[in-house]
Amino acid sequence: MKLGRLLAMSRKEFIQVWRDPRSLLIALLMPVMQMVLLGYGVSFDIKNLTVYAYDQEGSQNSQALLKRFQASPYFRVVKTVNSYRDLTWAIDADRCELGIVIPFDFSKRLRDARSAPVQVIVDGTDDNTANLAKGYARAVIARFSGDVQRDWLMNQGLPVGADSGPVAVEPRTWFNEELESRNFIIPGTVALVMALVGALLTSLTIAREWERGTMEQLISTPITPAEVMLGKLVPYFTIGMTDAALCLVMSVWWFEVPFRGTLVSFFVTSALFLVVILGIGFMISAAIRNQLGASMIALLVTLLPTSLLSGYAFPIDQMPKAIRVVTYLLYSRYYVTILKAIFLKGAGVAELGGPMAALAVYAVVIGAFATRAFRKTLD
Amino acid sequence: MLERIFHMLVKEFLEIRRDKWERFRLLVPPLIQIILFGYAATFEVYRVSTAVLDLDHSQESRELVSRFVGNRRFDLVRIPSDREELRRLVDRSRVTVAIRIDPQFGQLLRKGRTAPVQVIVDGTNSNTALIALDYVGQIASRFAEDYRRDYMNRILPAYQVLMPSAVMEERPWYNPDFNSQWFFVPGLVGSLTLMTIVNLTSFAIVREREIGTLEQIMVTPIRPIEFILGKTVPAFLIGLLEVAMVAITGSVWFRVPFRGSLLVMLLGTCLFLLSTLAVGLLISTMCRTQQQAFASGFFFLTPAFILSGFAFPIASMPTVMRWITYLDPLRYYLVVLRGVFLKGTGLAVLWPQMVAMAVLGTVLLAISIMRFEKSLD
Repeated sequence: MKLGRLLAMSRKEFIQVWRDPRSLLIALLMPVMQMVLLGYGVSFDIKNLTVYAYDQEGSQNSQALLKRFQASPYFRVVKTVNSYRDLTWAIDADRCELGIVIPFDFSKRLRDARSAPVQVIVDGTDDNTANLAKGYARAVIARFSGDVQRDWLMNQGLPVGADSGPVAVEPRTWFNEELESRNFIIPGTVALVMALVGALLTSLTIAREWERGTMEQLISTPITPAEVMLGKLVPYFTIGMTDAALCLVMSVWWFEVPFRGTLVSFFVTSALFLVVILGIGFMISAAIRNQLGASMIALLVTLLPTSLLSGYAFPIDQMPKAIRVVTYLLYSRYYVTILKAIFLKGAGVAELGGPMAALAVYAVVIGAFATRAFRKTLD
Repeated sequence: MLERIFHMLVKEFLEIRRDKWERFRLLVPPLIQIILFGYAATFEVYRVSTAVLDLDHSQESRELVSRFVGNRRFDLVRIPSDREELRRLVDRSRVTVAIRIDPQFGQLLRKGRTAPVQVIVDGTNSNTALIALDYVGQIASRFAEDYRRDYMNRILPAYQVLMPSAVMEERPWYNPDFNSQWFFVPGLVGSLTLMTIVNLTSFAIVREREIGTLEQIMVTPIRPIEFILGKTVPAFLIGLLEVAMVAITGSVWFRVPFRGSLLVMLLGTCLFLLSTLAVGLLISTMCRTQQQAFASGFFFLTPAFILSGFAFPIASMPTVMRWITYLDPLRYYLVVLRGVFLKGTGLAVLWPQMVAMAVLGTVLLAISIMRFEKSLD
């Protein structure tokens, strides 16, 4: 391997990238767009769920319960309806996420010291939101019920017990203290951006030479396949690392996601991940001489596993066993785990030794294969 | 005019038949994606890895611990011996939830005071953490309720039935088991079709331009509008096929119910395809090479996807973003899809979505046809 030839190859690629401002713009705008969309658009901590109430009783008790819903930060009672039909229509038409029905005999049952049911209708279409809403509604009703019971006990002259009930859960959240969805999504987005940009750019490098007919010229030079690979990938590696840095800056300064780890571990693991992505892109590019086909496959092989099977948004431990096993074979799983741990937990080599080693092995293997992927033959 | 369009259509279908990448792109990625998404995309929370440290060892604390053991939401993986180990388990991500019951737990309960339960939750995945905390709360409050009832029984047997309470009667509609697949599969019909059709349309035209055959076509007597029709009609038909393919796979493989009318879905699909074709056409007017088209497509598809409500609820987005979602045709189509799949709603409820898609599609199509005619000069 000669440094001179390698540098010349890199220089040519750099010039090509530079002269194609659109690609360069994509490489730099893509991270910004992804970060802004995902940073602002993804939020699981729902607040202000719209509630329609059907208060059949209209008593002091039923109004008191509805007031509790109104006072909770999770609910907004926007309308009172007077029939089931109106309520059904509202839920069908997505006017509200929750319908509360307080029956005619609500106060009477409470007065008789019996249990009084409150119907809570949830639109289950969005199962995650529905599940959270259900939990919040149950908490509101339970607190109301507790207070009714205390009043009743007091009126009967019985021992009331502690203010906050017999058991109090004292929750402590670690690593993401405010349970911000942003802190959960943004670190993984770095991997998403690098997979996307890396795949889009490299998958075309060899295919382009074939399509434009410059491959023959390249083959006639004394350059070796390994030099072609390294020379071609150096510019994209530079762009990829720039993107990683850009993402880091945006996460920390713009979105104020805590960064508790070290810069060294961030950049070293990002470099390893980038080597894997670029290597895969290069191999695909060498195997498929059609630009469009190459970029389609590259996206399927890099972006899909990184967005879906890495634990980026969907927790791996909830997937069926067969898919859980597959994720262990995927490089993105390790990088996303590392990113989240570096950002939020401040983890270092001691905690992340396993995933870091896995990523390194992946990088070496892919790198080795990529060197052999390109042959200087014309067929 | 009809004959010219017909010839154009024959040419287009011949090209698709001959191009193995084209066929690959139309069939394989959507199928892989629906299967993977169906299995992997879930926000449900089951078997959360949990550690419990019981420092009290009373009857009451053991009872509380047993409720976690018996619950399918929690998976008791470790029983640490001291606080330090409990902390380390969370620190090393061995468990997501760590519960600590302090020595006084049983005693406080018996005295009628409030007994605290310490819960540490790993907040890295904020959604899982939020839901897991809610389940911990439910178990604790059910335990408290039962304890109180037992207590009343013991001291005042006469009152055992009499005790007012307000209880929640849950009525989850449309998706009674809160199954994530029922939420994601109808959404996939729209998202995957959007991706395929936008790419297909933009490539179909840009390729002609890139390899220089566009000029050849333009010297024939064919008029621009006929050319556009010749390009979009095949894409439209392929779009219908893809919707059918993904929808059938989804409802047969994943057993997602289909409760509405096929006609309403067909109408919604046609209106949706109108906007997607228009966007594809628009991208083609701005690009010279297929690679540019591919990349530009991404700049439309990513926001369209994220802002549609496909995975992330629109209601919790910031106001400005919520406004932008009104420009996203996928947003409306997803409401229609979820309506016909899960809710069985008809036009009486879905007409605003239909109108919105029709307006959006017409405006977009008008703009892109104008731009396309200009781009030919």
